[in-house]
Amino acid sequence: MSRISTVFQKSGHKALVAYVTVGYPTVESTLEVVPMLAESGCNVVELGIPFSDPLADGATIQEASFRALQAGVTPQTCLDVAARIREKTDVPLAFMTYYNPILHYGLDAFCQACSRAGVDGLIVPDLPPDESTGLDDAALKEGLDLIFLLTPTSTAERIRLVVEKSRGFIYMVSLLGVTGARESLPVGLGDFVRRVRKETTKPLCVGFGISTPEQAQQVGQIADGVIVGSRLVQLIRDDGPPYERVKSFVGELRNALG
Amino acid sequence: MKYSTLPDSRGYYGQFGGKFVPETLMFALKELEEAYRDAQKDKAFQQWLDKLLKDYVGRPTPLYSADKLTDHCGGARILLKREDLAHTGAHKINNAVGQGLLAVRMGKGRVIAETGAGQHGVAVATVCALLGLECTVYMGTEDIRRQSMNVFRMKLLGAEVRPVDSGSRTLKDAVNEAIRDWVTNVETSYYLLGSSVGPYPYPMIVRDFQSVIGRETREQMMSSHGRLPDYIVACVGGGSNSIGIFFPFIDDEDVRLVGVEAEGQGITSGKHAASLSAGSPGVLHGAHSYLLQDGDGQITETHSIAPGLDYPGVSPEHSYYKETGRVSYVTASDKEALEAFQLLTTTEGIIPALESAHAIAHVVKIAPEMSKDTLVVVNLSGRGDKDLNIVSEALEDD
Repeated sequence: MSRISTVFQKSGHKALVAYVTVGYPTVESTLEVVPMLAESGCNVVELGIPFSDPLADGATIQEASFRALQAGVTPQTCLDVAARIREKTDVPLAFMTYYNPILHYGLDAFCQACSRAGVDGLIVPDLPPDESTGLDDAALKEGLDLIFLLTPTSTAERIRLVVEKSRGFIYMVSLLGVTGARESLPVGLGDFVRRVRKETTKPLCVGFGISTPEQAQQVGQIADGVIVGSRLVQLIRDDGPPYERVKSFVGELRNALG
Repeated sequence: MKYSTLPDSRGYYGQFGGKFVPETLMFALKELEEAYRDAQKDKAFQQWLDKLLKDYVGRPTPLYSADKLTDHCGGARILLKREDLAHTGAHKINNAVGQGLLAVRMGKGRVIAETGAGQHGVAVATVCALLGLECTVYMGTEDIRRQSMNVFRMKLLGAEVRPVDSGSRTLKDAVNEAIRDWVTNVETSYYLLGSSVGPYPYPMIVRDFQSVIGRETREQMMSSHGRLPDYIVACVGGGSNSIGIFFPFIDDEDVRLVGVEAEGQGITSGKHAASLSAGSPGVLHGAHSYLLQDGDGQITETHSIAPGLDYPGVSPEHSYYKETGRVSYVTASDKEALEAFQLLTTTEGIIPALESAHAIAHVVKIAPEMSKDTLVVVNLSGRGDKDLNIVSEALEDD
């Protein structure tokens, strides 16, 4: 069983999944913050590898990606950062990035490097399962979970395809749109989760637009986990060592989730 | 296998094409494909399209024998396919009309588009005015600066022009932002993509609507010369005017097809937009195709004096024709395009778009070496009024 899957073994436990852009605002901040996120109650950490054209991301993560790239962060930097994080913590790690940097690195070479660095899974928002055969084969060989996304526009046929292919958990995109904090949860989220739940026993984690403990608490009542990204990226940017504000925000999310 | 049977059912041309998009858009692409297949079979739809192309766009556009340019070059006979005479001044209107009708057919009241030079944006704004659709056009701030007249035209036509200030602030970034809008408003909005790029079925749909250029050229060649041309030359940015004129000849192996990319300030300078000539395969904006990227798979910034060519990707279909050798891809520099712009203006009294001037530039290079009975068709994809500011700035710099 993969390191990610074990997170969902405890019945009744709700997973808190955190996203950080590697190297934003600095590589040092990522190295310091990620183990602290794990200690404060995050169960999985997504490490964002910056890409020049992040078309599924809103303003916050676009800006973070742009700055990280300007500072010289590459996929190799991210692999090195992951390996150094892995020395400090056992928290499951998943890379989140777009397909082109992985393709350019080489599908097998990238998955082997992930495995060596102690990365457990991959999330690639512009790679639907329809196009994923090559990466899926490479990931399977290295025991990596390839996590696919579902959205409110996914038809029954697509839900069946994604739940069959996704390993680790299923990334439920709460809304139509890009990443970024929103005021409230979208209407219809409950129906969406129920539609997917009918098709699978795999864990469902809801992300996009979730930025407050109240929202996390509501999502925790219907899904197996909650993913928080943009709000955390903002906090890490605005905070600084020893990252007390980040720590207390994660603590609040953890408490709200139960 | 005939080239004309492509793409396959998964939207591939050999290894190129596909649908590399967020899950949110997968149903929309399927819905679009189905609507397009239905429309192709629907006589009423085809009649409506034909009527608009004839009476509104002004088709067929002439195939003009450019005798003065031919004399100047002193070799092959040069013919110009006059897309510059189409309504709104470029070939972009062919696709905008076709997809605009599709949007209406699909019951979408709002249209989203990206634009580089502004020619596609103007074409979409025009069609939306005609069909009563709400229109939002994304345009990089660098392009807004370079093509201010087209921005004003779009606004007059009732479109909202949203400036995009990220990345290189040109076409690539406008596409990113248009896709973000589409992901958000997919249920109510139609994304009217302007070039033969993007996820399947867009490259096919754009090619098909632009193929009217090549079909007309074929008929006009047969009636005026009784034979097909020896060469067809067209500029390639995303690749829509070139695929439009090439495709109806794609299985005629005797017709040599030449695509001209933007060499900018030179390939070695890094300031160019020659995806096929100097790039490598990768995934951008939903398709596997040639693109300009660095050693880490990050998309690189491009440069061309012609805003419509200033894009780091290219059609998956062109990528396939490069690999199979069916089409030759060459380059022309900013300087050569500028010279060709002036040459066509002074010899023929036709001011070409800077994009189209790249094709003219290549013909000026090759025509003198050819025999007088060689027939070369150039796709004059647009007129140059929009480029007068750029040209005047460039000439002052000299």
